[in-house]
Amino acid sequence: MLTKRKPRLAVWKFASCDGCQLSLLDCEDELLAVVGAVEIAYFLEASRATMDGPYDLSLVEGSITTPEDVERIREVRAQSDYLITIGACATAGGIQALRNYADVEEYVATVYASPQYISTLAKSTPISEHIFVDFELHGCPINKRQLLEVINAFLNRRKPNVPTYSVCMECKMRETSCVMVAKGIPCLGPVTQAGCGAICPAYNRGCYGCFGPMETPNADALGHWWIDQLEVESDNLIRALRTFNAYAEPFRRESEKHEPVEGEKKHEPIKG
Amino acid sequence: MNQSKDNGATKTIQVDTLARVEGEGALTVEIKDHKVEDVKLRIFEPPRFFEAFMRDRRYDEAPDITARICGICPVAYQMSSAYAMEDALGVKIEPAIRTLRRLLYCGEWIESHVLHVAMLHAPDFLGYEDAIRMAADHPDVVEMALRLKKAGNSIVNLLGGREIHPVNVRIGGFYRIPRLREWRDLIEELKWAREAALALVQWTGTLDFPDFEQDYEFVALRHPDEYPFNEGRLVSNRGLDIPISAYEDHFIEEHVAHSTALHARIPARGNYLVGPLARYSLNFDRLTPLAQEAAKDAGLGTICRNQFQSIIVRSVETLQAVDEALRILADYPMPDHPYAQVEVHAGVGYGCTEAPRGILYHRYELDDQGLIVSAKITPPTSQNQATIEKDLWNFVTPRIELPLDELTWQCEQAIRNYDPCISCSTHFLKLEVVEK
Repeated sequence: MLTKRKPRLAVWKFASCDGCQLSLLDCEDELLAVVGAVEIAYFLEASRATMDGPYDLSLVEGSITTPEDVERIREVRAQSDYLITIGACATAGGIQALRNYADVEEYVATVYASPQYISTLAKSTPISEHIFVDFELHGCPINKRQLLEVINAFLNRRKPNVPTYSVCMECKMRETSCVMVAKGIPCLGPVTQAGCGAICPAYNRGCYGCFGPMETPNADALGHWWIDQLEVESDNLIRALRTFNAYAEPFRRESEKHEPVEGEKKHEPIKG
Repeated sequence: MNQSKDNGATKTIQVDTLARVEGEGALTVEIKDHKVEDVKLRIFEPPRFFEAFMRDRRYDEAPDITARICGICPVAYQMSSAYAMEDALGVKIEPAIRTLRRLLYCGEWIESHVLHVAMLHAPDFLGYEDAIRMAADHPDVVEMALRLKKAGNSIVNLLGGREIHPVNVRIGGFYRIPRLREWRDLIEELKWAREAALALVQWTGTLDFPDFEQDYEFVALRHPDEYPFNEGRLVSNRGLDIPISAYEDHFIEEHVAHSTALHARIPARGNYLVGPLARYSLNFDRLTPLAQEAAKDAGLGTICRNQFQSIIVRSVETLQAVDEALRILADYPMPDHPYAQVEVHAGVGYGCTEAPRGILYHRYELDDQGLIVSAKITPPTSQNQATIEKDLWNFVTPRIELPLDELTWQCEQAIRNYDPCISCSTHFLKLEVVEK
């Protein structure tokens, strides 16, 4: 930093559950040290005091789902030196991106029967579809150690040490035997980015992909393995790929590959 | 965020984005000729359509998916959905599983309550914008609260796998039961936490509270033996006493134009209150002697009608949760199987549990493949929304002559009394078509 003042941190919320920004308040041991190193300039979940921009670092939680938010995220970008998206909503559109596979007008008309009051877009999209993003931190929710690492890295102008390999590496590191090989439990670990610490296999269940796709995943091979070796029905493979990172491109592409071809649909599309 | 205006005869209290609450809401109070003309708690959080996209998902996906409604109380969503699915499918869980679920909920109550007490609510009483500024003058309280909050999170972390969106809850039980030896360090920390929670109750009892007793209809779960978490009947101080499955016969939700969340009410009597005050006032006799004693010493009676004192009640419930967690860990239950087997068939199931902010109701209808046909979820904050607005009318009226900035801040505080979870409440908006 050229100036002597503390770097200004801002935290922004779009469509989300608040869990990723809560991760910052969940850093119980480090919180007071963090706020000693930065100035919390805008963080409504924590403070009613707000400062106008510009901000040195903005953390953005949530996906873009309304026309107003398309404008708001552009304003946030214009005010921010660095901008980092935190969590699956901001980096991939979140669970609410399930609407992207349905007819949102049908959702609005059946669930929200007065469409004129509902301002919503047809798709829930990640922040990077709208503005330039300096770094994307995966996870539903993000891991708080990784969050501290990313804040630290950007404030010190270095590259964050956030691995892009798969959850499998973390299973090996914590010496969890492979749930897919040893127990035949379907697991998305081979295509999912590490960062959680491979919690699910350590708790006797398959990874459900909440950290989103790793760098260059081989989703095709995993899809074959699930269907051919583990006898998972294609419907259930599609469901597994379409959760919190449903709209992340590798998961989306793989899930679409297993959709029944027109004319031989097993299930009717969702209707109200 | 304060846009309040004073134009002589008319005053407007306006807060465009409420701070230190979960989610996005705004407040407007219109004052004309020294009278409150209108109060609106506006909720503008964008809807996320959970009830729509839950359709056609498998029954066993509900705990993981509905957890994502709220990052602060995911365990509540996992509990209500698990009990509802077990109800639909006739699954009987082992007593040990039931006890471990209570333990998990204790962790969430501690984490959520202490976050609110120390980080979100206390700064209002002491005149700080936030807990960070408060920590400069009151480091002991803030540091103690952070450590206490961490103890609650540690329970969720060990039994749930992680603090936010835990991974270990499944229909019928858990994926993995931690061994007693894994709890050893945490038990020691919880012994400290019990003392800390007691100190927190005492400390909140020393705060100044405005005189603001309101005549609420309290609604909470009531269990024959225990302070309520997961089970019981729904009761009120005005004669309501129903099983969970009758919820929709007794509560209705109404759409109001200024909010993307629905206002719930009891048809015959109107708005009602859920959450810590309701639980406490309807279940004081179910608190442990330690918690009862602490509450009395802090100045509470057996019933509390002042929402500003919810900060004491949350602290008492924190003490109760720490005490309960220690009791469970002292006689640690190991189930025969981590989870009960499930046979899939069509059915309808109901679940209602006590989230930190109050009752959280789920209903699911399943087809014969175990796919969700319809889902209904009513979170606590949408049930409290009408009561929050009523509080504001009653609160502002005798304080109308206060300087506008001061009154605005006090109105914010009156909303924060509820620890509102706006993200939760919005996602269940259903607008009715009004035929004209």
